[in-house]
Amino acid sequence: MAKFEYAPAPESRAVVDLKPSYGLFINGEFTDSEGGSAFKSISPATEEVLAEVTEASPADVDRAVAAARRAFNGPWGRMSGADRGKYLFRIARILQERAREFAVLESLDNGKPIRESRDVDVPLAAAHFFYHAGWADKLEYAGLGAGARPHGVVGQVIPWNFPLLMLAWKIAPALATGNTVVIKPAETTPLSALLFAEVLQQADLPPGVVNIVTGAGTTGQAIVDHPDIDKLAFTGSTGVGKMIARSIAGTRKKATLELGGKAANIIFDDAPIDQAVEGIVNGIFFNQGHVCCAGSRLLVQESIADEVEKRLKRRLATLRVGDPLDKNTDVGAINSKAQLSRITELTDAGEAEGAERWDNGCPLPDKGFWFRPTVFTGVSQTHRIAQEEIFGPVLSVLTFRTPHEAVAKANNTPYGLSAGIWTEKGSRILWMADQLRAGVVWANTFNKFDPTSPFGGYKESGYGREGGKHGLAAYVTTGDTK
Amino acid sequence: MSTTVAADSAVDATARARDLLGVTRLTNTALTSWLHGLPGVDQVGAEARAAALGTRSIKTTSKQWGIDTAISMIDLTTLEGADTPGKVRGLCAKALTPDVTDLSTPRPAAVCVYGDMVEIAKDALGADSRVNVAAVATAFPSGRASMPVKLADTRFAVEAGADEIDMVIDRGAFLAGDYLTVFREIAAVKEACGDARLKVIMETGELVTYDNVRRASWLSMLAGGDFIKTSTGKVSPAATLPVTMIMLEAVRDWLDLTGEMVGVKPAGGIRTSKDALKYLVTVNEVAGEEWLDNHWFRFGASSLLNDLLLQRQRIATGAYSGADYVTDDSPSLY
Repeated sequence: MAKFEYAPAPESRAVVDLKPSYGLFINGEFTDSEGGSAFKSISPATEEVLAEVTEASPADVDRAVAAARRAFNGPWGRMSGADRGKYLFRIARILQERAREFAVLESLDNGKPIRESRDVDVPLAAAHFFYHAGWADKLEYAGLGAGARPHGVVGQVIPWNFPLLMLAWKIAPALATGNTVVIKPAETTPLSALLFAEVLQQADLPPGVVNIVTGAGTTGQAIVDHPDIDKLAFTGSTGVGKMIARSIAGTRKKATLELGGKAANIIFDDAPIDQAVEGIVNGIFFNQGHVCCAGSRLLVQESIADEVEKRLKRRLATLRVGDPLDKNTDVGAINSKAQLSRITELTDAGEAEGAERWDNGCPLPDKGFWFRPTVFTGVSQTHRIAQEEIFGPVLSVLTFRTPHEAVAKANNTPYGLSAGIWTEKGSRILWMADQLRAGVVWANTFNKFDPTSPFGGYKESGYGREGGKHGLAAYVTTGDTK
Repeated sequence: MSTTVAADSAVDATARARDLLGVTRLTNTALTSWLHGLPGVDQVGAEARAAALGTRSIKTTSKQWGIDTAISMIDLTTLEGADTPGKVRGLCAKALTPDVTDLSTPRPAAVCVYGDMVEIAKDALGADSRVNVAAVATAFPSGRASMPVKLADTRFAVEAGADEIDMVIDRGAFLAGDYLTVFREIAAVKEACGDARLKVIMETGELVTYDNVRRASWLSMLAGGDFIKTSTGKVSPAATLPVTMIMLEAVRDWLDLTGEMVGVKPAGGIRTSKDALKYLVTVNEVAGEEWLDNHWFRFGASSLLNDLLLQRQRIATGAYSGADYVTDDSPSLY
């Protein structure tokens, strides 16, 4: 038994008031579905049912789009930027006031540790609203082009890995620029979006400006296919992104796509080694590795590979895996059974292809979906675990000898979302950043996000940017009116 | 010069250093390339890691264990120009009976005083208290004195019965890049310590960068320090969590390299139970649980003890008392 056991320190669930079932948030109020069915949202840590949620039908989506169009043609479209900004500030402040409630609910529904939902997801979501609130009355000075104006009604489909944060990334710039929104949260994590609907009511946002429809793939398809949607914003898998791009080809709809990634985290032999180890941990074990920009490929200079591996494994032995609501949990539950199977399949393939598998051997709870922090060494570019996005707490370790080889291996992937560089040499950081085909390059850090900084991918990681002025550009048009 | 220790029983620090560095003669150049070859510390990343360790939530039974462990790790300290025999006796009485309302309270590891107070402290603590006497030496706190004076200062304290010596390094020499001088001073003081354990105060507040803290830690260990210690308490900032974390990484890596354990002592500025628990978490997760013992980790503190006692009483009785329910033998003079 360890000398210093940390006693359970669970965050209280009492702060969250879940209803047994939820309707759809259309035109400023919760409504029942027309012809849709219901599904259950469960806690991935315990498999307990949290609430019943509506699967929106195409008719529901049609109602939502119509409400959004009325709001765009009505009060929201006529409102000044300064007044739109007031609503965004109000939403940001309410999110801060109800931060604990959102953090607990997010950890319950998603399985992520409360330490992250409390310190990352919720504060960053509020920061996105604050940042975009400031832009609402200054768009003329954002360099978006003469006569830049909102698209109209935007359809947004978001993933399950950062449910509230992705919602904020989508809704805040859309509203700041004067669009109205129909948004669909992911089917495994709809609850924080439904709580967010209460925030919108509390903020007195005019009806129809934001409509939240829950559901799975068919609901998403109904949004994508709806003829009165002007612009689509999607974050999710590359497979679904391609389907969306096909669906809207030949239409006037604009789209931004934030898709998968297989980021290289590159450690040179002069790196600050203890911080690099932390960066590796943050890169791939943050949010159970359910991060599109996760540093899932570790490229380490061969001369220090053994040293880094030793230090990394020692560090991983201290990671605490378990109850997402425990304040000392570092790694929570895998979001769904389907995702767990995907991770299991790819890690089995890694073993079969000859990479050496190691995990930290920590005990796992009996119920729910869990996967130990895992490291594969001796990985080659050709292995599936070096090519395919695992989207789980699994690190593939490869080595390199020269900066050119590091760049070649880092770029040798259909993805191009992010990369990390660890070296004490400033000139090398700049040269590497220039060579890497990735939308975000971190230097001596990893997985740091800020609303002022544009985020997005190269190649099969998608197109368009979110955050900063670049993110605003995706929500305005300077083209002819339709 | 006479020494109380036979030459063959002293660690031959220079010979071992030559061996570790792989050189035939220990020069400043050899020391410089060795120390400057240590991996750098990224300030932003190191501080973020320390802050994350500080968010651990230590409750109920863990808190109870942590408080008792922290009490047992305190070097209860008085280092004032105005120290008197009466003040030192009061401090020793407090060390012997930290909480008069609960005699099961652990005693701190040591009292820490100036060399001329060692005899008084030894006398007040008695032979069987298992509370050590630590003495600061080597022209504490500035260290600006000649080598014979520093050694005489050390020997005086050891002969008076000090179990532990807290020396200061020559920060001027360190910052000027004269690592060999710092090495020789530590090695000489270590020899003068005889059986007393040597804590090497690096005065990290004057070293400023984490790279310097890492280098000074390795230099102190190479020269034979039994403990590396942050601060004199006379310079601000004194101990901080990131600095202590860098030092814990150093002793962990030193163990890997040499098979020897070296202790760590943050001193100055740690006043609350909450802070003490953050340090224990950092010890646990960075160096490892072997260091969770007062032989290997100490807090240099004075007011910390009473805050730990208040928390301990709170756990025992379920209610907070107040400052007047713990005895205070070190009130302010002013």
